[in-house]
Amino acid sequence: MNYFNDVATLARKDLLLELRARDTLPAMLLFVVAALVVFHFALPAEAGDLAGLGLLWVAIIFTALLGLSRAWVAEREQGVLDGLVLSPADRSAIWVGKAISSLAFLVLAEAIALPAFWIFFTGLDAATIAGVLLADIGLCSVGAFVAAMSTATRARELLLPVLFLPLAIPLVVGGVGSSVVDDPARYLAFLGLYDCLFATICWASFEYVVTE
Amino acid sequence: MLPPLAVVLFATAISLIFFWVPEDAEDPAQRIFYFHVPIALTAYSCFGWGAWKALRVLGKRDERADVESYVAIHQGTIFGALTLVTGSLWARATWGHWWLWSSRQLVLFLVLFLFYCAYFMLRFSVEPGPRRANLSAVYALFGVVLTPVSFLAIRLAEDFIHPTVFTRDGPQMTASMFTTFCVSLAAMLSLFATFYSIELAGKRIDARIRELREALS
Repeated sequence: MNYFNDVATLARKDLLLELRARDTLPAMLLFVVAALVVFHFALPAEAGDLAGLGLLWVAIIFTALLGLSRAWVAEREQGVLDGLVLSPADRSAIWVGKAISSLAFLVLAEAIALPAFWIFFTGLDAATIAGVLLADIGLCSVGAFVAAMSTATRARELLLPVLFLPLAIPLVVGGVGSSVVDDPARYLAFLGLYDCLFATICWASFEYVVTE
Repeated sequence: MLPPLAVVLFATAISLIFFWVPEDAEDPAQRIFYFHVPIALTAYSCFGWGAWKALRVLGKRDERADVESYVAIHQGTIFGALTLVTGSLWARATWGHWWLWSSRQLVLFLVLFLFYCAYFMLRFSVEPGPRRANLSAVYALFGVVLTPVSFLAIRLAEDFIHPTVFTRDGPQMTASMFTTFCVSLAAMLSLFATFYSIELAGKRIDARIRELREALS
């Protein structure tokens, strides 16, 4: 049970910081709505709803990327990460806590973005929303992991998109599939498989990212 | 021992490809198959070998394995680029397009190529030392998981992006085709082994010279 307490404490710390400083979530919200407006002008009238659904996934990926690039900033600037590594908590709990707080930010941003998409473009079915939630888990677990990797480098935030986008391609396939195909079960199952596989490998190898 | 073996195997493979194997009447450019597919398989072997060495870095704290893993992935990226080039040439000669999104292997190699190029960016923006070894090793292991997942994703994406128009699963390979293919594959693998040992020796000499310089100054 100790492990879950550690995770909850770490995630609560991030949420509390965000509640007080309010620097990540408002930026994500503004970005995603602005991106949807840009997409409206990027699509010719004949492009249709399917193209809009595809672009929704572009908006989700880049919004997640925006949030993730800020995910470890407090840890790095204040030297918190060394303290966390020295604490008796399991190292993987640091990653789980960060993935959960990133997930919370992304889901909150989508709570605005999906209704906005509905108003601006076209309606969303249950499969799309299930696809978004499943993809969010994958985006945040892999994203929090590679963001920690990029924090350890000289290039910092510059490296995050380069590391993250090739890993996110399968999520885009699963997500777009679940929103545009008549029988989305296969795509949802694929997203679930991705989440399980990558969450396991991130969980098992996070220790090596924060220690020497 | 390795370089002469690679040269002999290459000479054999080229003569088999051009003088022995029967020509495909519909597609004369099909001969590039004997280079393209072995190069692709060699690239997979490089990435697999790199990941195996990465596992040794993390599990056994084996410092030599870090350079070995890097060299294998470096070679793998070069063979991956060659796969893209030969695949593109084949597509141009046979179907008239430089790039086909309906060719699964080619798309998979594009994804892997992007992924492993990022490996070098990651590696060269960290100071040499145990941290760099760890980060590179973890990233190399991600590649092993990403390859089958991406392959599955590309298959799934065909349903809504492009129905498969062209397939390369032609008629079954005849005995002569299969022999040529195997010789070609052996030639590519021995080429990889040659490059791998040369680059590794270079890296080790480099590290040794640096140590000596530090000892002198």
